Amino acid sequence: MISESANSNTKSLEKNKKNRSSLQRRETLAAWSFCALPLSFLLLFLITPFIIAFVISFTNQRLITNPNLPTQFIALRNFVRLFNSASFRQALLNTFIFAVVVVPLQTFFALLLAVLVNQKLRFINLFRTIYFSPVVTTMVVVSIIWYFLYNPGEGLINQMISFISFGKLGPYNWLNDTALALPAIMILSIWQGVGFQMVIYLAGLQGIPDELYEAGRVDGANAWQQFWQITIPQLRNTTIFVIISTTILAFKLFTQVWVMTKGGPQGATKTLIILLYEEGFKMLRVGYASGIGVLFFLIVLAVSLIQRIYLKEERAVI
Amino acid sequence: MTSVDAAVKDSQRFSFKFRKNISITLSYLLLIVVALFFLFPIIFMFVSSIKNNETQIIRDMSSISAFIPYGDLGLKNYFDVFKQMPFGRFMFNSVFIVSSTVLSGLVLNSMIAYALARLRFKGRGLILSLIIALIIIPTEAVVIPLLLMVNRINWLDSYQVQIIPFIVDAFSIFLFYQFFIGLPKSLDEAAKIDGANPFQIYRKIIVPLSRPVFATVAILQFLVRWGDFLWPLMVTRGYEYRPLPVAIQQFFSQDPKVWGDIFAFASMVTIPSLIIFLLFQKWFMRSVASSGIKG
Repeated sequence: MISESANSNTKSLEKNKKNRSSLQRRETLAAWSFCALPLSFLLLFLITPFIIAFVISFTNQRLITNPNLPTQFIALRNFVRLFNSASFRQALLNTFIFAVVVVPLQTFFALLLAVLVNQKLRFINLFRTIYFSPVVTTMVVVSIIWYFLYNPGEGLINQMISFISFGKLGPYNWLNDTALALPAIMILSIWQGVGFQMVIYLAGLQGIPDELYEAGRVDGANAWQQFWQITIPQLRNTTIFVIISTTILAFKLFTQVWVMTKGGPQGATKTLIILLYEEGFKMLRVGYASGIGVLFFLIVLAVSLIQRIYLKEERAVI
Repeated sequence: MTSVDAAVKDSQRFSFKFRKNISITLSYLLLIVVALFFLFPIIFMFVSSIKNNETQIIRDMSSISAFIPYGDLGLKNYFDVFKQMPFGRFMFNSVFIVSSTVLSGLVLNSMIAYALARLRFKGRGLILSLIIALIIIPTEAVVIPLLLMVNRINWLDSYQVQIIPFIVDAFSIFLFYQFFIGLPKSLDEAAKIDGANPFQIYRKIIVPLSRPVFATVAILQFLVRWGDFLWPLMVTRGYEYRPLPVAIQQFFSQDPKVWGDIFAFASMVTIPSLIIFLLFQKWFMRSVASSGIKG
């Protein structure tokens, strides 16, 4: 009786094992069938062009290949030419200036707006909605409206500045002025994008536990001290995220510039992606343009790695 | 004594209330001024679009009357746009391209994320790290070789060239993955005992429980795809497949500029996305917020 039951026990165990391994096989099969299509899309439309970008940045590939001029391997000549080209250096510089100015300003204003709309007031949702609405307005449309507002002479912006300064300042040529074209684009970029980061900060603010503020009040901290001692440190991770994502967005600057100035006047608003578009699409110098793409990727990669390092430090502290 | 005490207390209460009222008034004042800063370009666009007289728009641009609907008002500029351009076609193109990219993206991205988060199989860790690594690659870095590829297979000037390369998105997969991994494991096990296969578990259990993350991915992808400009600028030549952002940019860059028509066009591009935003406003805020938390 006992041996019989033991026997049946081992049998059922074996059966179980067999069942489990067949279940596991079925699960693996199912998993791969879930993954197959998405993975092949990524392989085709992201990984492959990414590899091609690296490969052809070492060649003189053109969009329409000329049978008499076969594509050649030219090693680092594209990159040498890039760094020797004045327009590339200008584009790189403009892009950096744009990022260096826009990222801190936009982050600062986003935090300010988030604090402003974090108050418990009636209609506060209405104000959140209004501040966010430029984000859902297409960038091309935003650029067109601001192009009109920046109208030299009679434009609304000039009139406002003249009104505020009692006629002492302006009129400015904005988009036709090499010194003002990039700042003009910075202003509208912040106007359009800041609502996005505001919402991220708002979520961050609402995630700070109330007990911290209560403890602060008990210790006699005023609102200003509470802001610096509690709010800012608690928002550390949010701030890192906002800064990094805004930086990457800033390096992608293209649409506003293409609509408003096409990189002009005299290259004053030329950016990396404007140059990439012109070289790759207009001049058909695909190898050269891919070199720009590769450098662009390396910059974005560096920025992301900085984020990783900072976030890791934070984890180590905890 | 007591009456004096009460009077002091009263006046204190009064001054406290008074100060609170002042601070609320100041808050609203600030909120309204900032709101005007965000609204004025949009109001300006809508108001100008219904001014029939082009010279009035130019004359009004330098003063407060730019924001006041007065004079000869109507929809003439809107009709002009329809006369000059196949606006309906552009709108259809944009809606078709964006909705098919986003919808098929919801299916494919959530499917692979489900496998990565809920199924055990060899290669899972490798695929997961690959996808996280791919998030870093910006589209801008690969557009030139991608253009070379689609040119080779004659996809230029088509819908598929604007849809298929952008359906699967590493960041969307990551958002789905993070949500799915947080769902209790007991759900799958209970279903497994009832004899459900992985596909049924995905369809019947995971998807219905994951509405928030589907909304998040849909909204974030909608924002990116609706405003996409660089890629359609490179791959569309004629009217047939051109989406709204490229169409309006080209309409805008024609000289002489007729501002009434341009603003009518711009308003028609803006209204649909603004309406969608106002309808799903809460979801928009939630999606953007949740895109940031994990970073």
